[in-house]
Amino acid sequence: MLSTIVFFTVLALAITHAPGWPEVRRTFFNWDEFKASMPEIARAFLLNVKIFLISEAFILVLALALAVIRSLPGPVFFPMRVLGIAYADFFRGVPTILVIALLGFGAPALQLSWVPLSTTFWGIVALVLVYTAYVSEVYRAGIESVHPSQDAAARSLGLSHWQSLQKVVLPQAVRRVIPPLLNDFIGLQKDTALVGFLGSVEAFKQSQIDAAATFNYTPFVAAAVLFVALTIPLARFTDWLVLRDRRRRQATGA
Amino acid sequence: MGEALVVDRLHKSFGTLEVLRGVDLAVAEHEVVCLIGASGSGKSTLLRCVNLLEPIDEGRIVVEGEEITAPGVNVNRIRRRIGIVFQAYNLFPHMNVLRNVTLAPTLALRVPRARAEAEATQLLERFGLADKRNDFPDSLSGGQQQRVAIVRALAMRPDLMLLDEVTSALDPELVAEVLEVIRELAAGGMTMLIATHEMGFARDIADRICFLDEGVILEDGPPEQILTEPKEPRTQQFLQRIIEAGRL
Repeated sequence: MLSTIVFFTVLALAITHAPGWPEVRRTFFNWDEFKASMPEIARAFLLNVKIFLISEAFILVLALALAVIRSLPGPVFFPMRVLGIAYADFFRGVPTILVIALLGFGAPALQLSWVPLSTTFWGIVALVLVYTAYVSEVYRAGIESVHPSQDAAARSLGLSHWQSLQKVVLPQAVRRVIPPLLNDFIGLQKDTALVGFLGSVEAFKQSQIDAAATFNYTPFVAAAVLFVALTIPLARFTDWLVLRDRRRRQATGA
Repeated sequence: MGEALVVDRLHKSFGTLEVLRGVDLAVAEHEVVCLIGASGSGKSTLLRCVNLLEPIDEGRIVVEGEEITAPGVNVNRIRRRIGIVFQAYNLFPHMNVLRNVTLAPTLALRVPRARAEAEATQLLERFGLADKRNDFPDSLSGGQQQRVAIVRALAMRPDLMLLDEVTSALDPELVAEVLEVIRELAAGGMTMLIATHEMGFARDIADRICFLDEGVILEDGPPEQILTEPKEPRTQQFLQRIIEAGRL
């Protein structure tokens, strides 16, 4: 504890006594700029939240479907398993920003009347494609962590493969992977900023616009504060979920 | 009395290891048969094959006159008639006791939830678990968990119960309560095939004892005969070791 305080005190002194510190403080930590840019960035940040929520809803469902497909037994499902593996390999391998650029600039360029032109739409599609690949791996680890005897017990009672998966295996698997799932969602939440690259005015793009207008980088700090402010409650919420589940499992239902 | 279960020349291998090498066994209705034998002799594998949890390589298994190992048989329908209880209980940890018991009747038999719960409550009462119905498995003792597992299997109203070393994972002081439950089942006329290391219990409860050795049933007879004057030298050896270990 003491060593921590000493470390950060020394670090703070080193930074504030650096030769460029007055200049850095003026361009990055300007309180007036912060106040002036915050309302617009906060409004733009609502778009990040919207992108995040829509993407997350799709990712949660699609990734689970992909994980289940990859866990199907028997030679009949071999082609589906191979497709699942190819998908996960591809979208985990290509940088997110490239997927966003390719879809966001490529799809509208097809000039098909039924293809949406909205950059935000294609940004969401790209994020869903990429994160579904990651999150399906998390689900899969969860499914494999449930001991086979649980499935055997369910099957021995006459439940079908699907019923066992749905009522016995998946509920346990999902509970176990809540912390790593959240980890990926924090990543997703931050990557919503990449959609700004296509021109959608979300928090990062807005802070870029502000910074360009005033030659002051404080708007970036304002955007960072907003991202952090959303992440922390999400992390505490997960801690609470995990704790609640542990308590529940040991509960005596008085 | 009809045959509840007939096992005919059953073979089962895991890779190159042949665990069952032609098992023949018949269990009559309301009969209680205990399987004894060393670890690795194939007791658990035999029970898992009868429940179709393991595909068999050769032979036939007939339950209540129906060949359950015939191609194209609906395994889910067969398993509903055969209850199995495992050594490690395998309760569902994310469900309370009542839901553990009602899950299969509501899903597999489509019994309405209210009726399934009423029946489950009756069964839990019968086995002294009524006050545990809303508890989660992790909060119960091993003996209580195993009794819940037995109730869970009974809730499907099986024709035949398979018990796989159900007391082996229990602390010694918890064994009695589980054996008591099995005695009550036997008294109620339940047909049972029981793999066990509890020789005293086998002598009390079994109509017949089968000694399984290296994947075949080497000796089969009434408890007194098998446990006190076995014919086969291998059976004698096995029982000698059990006696030396103080288990008989």
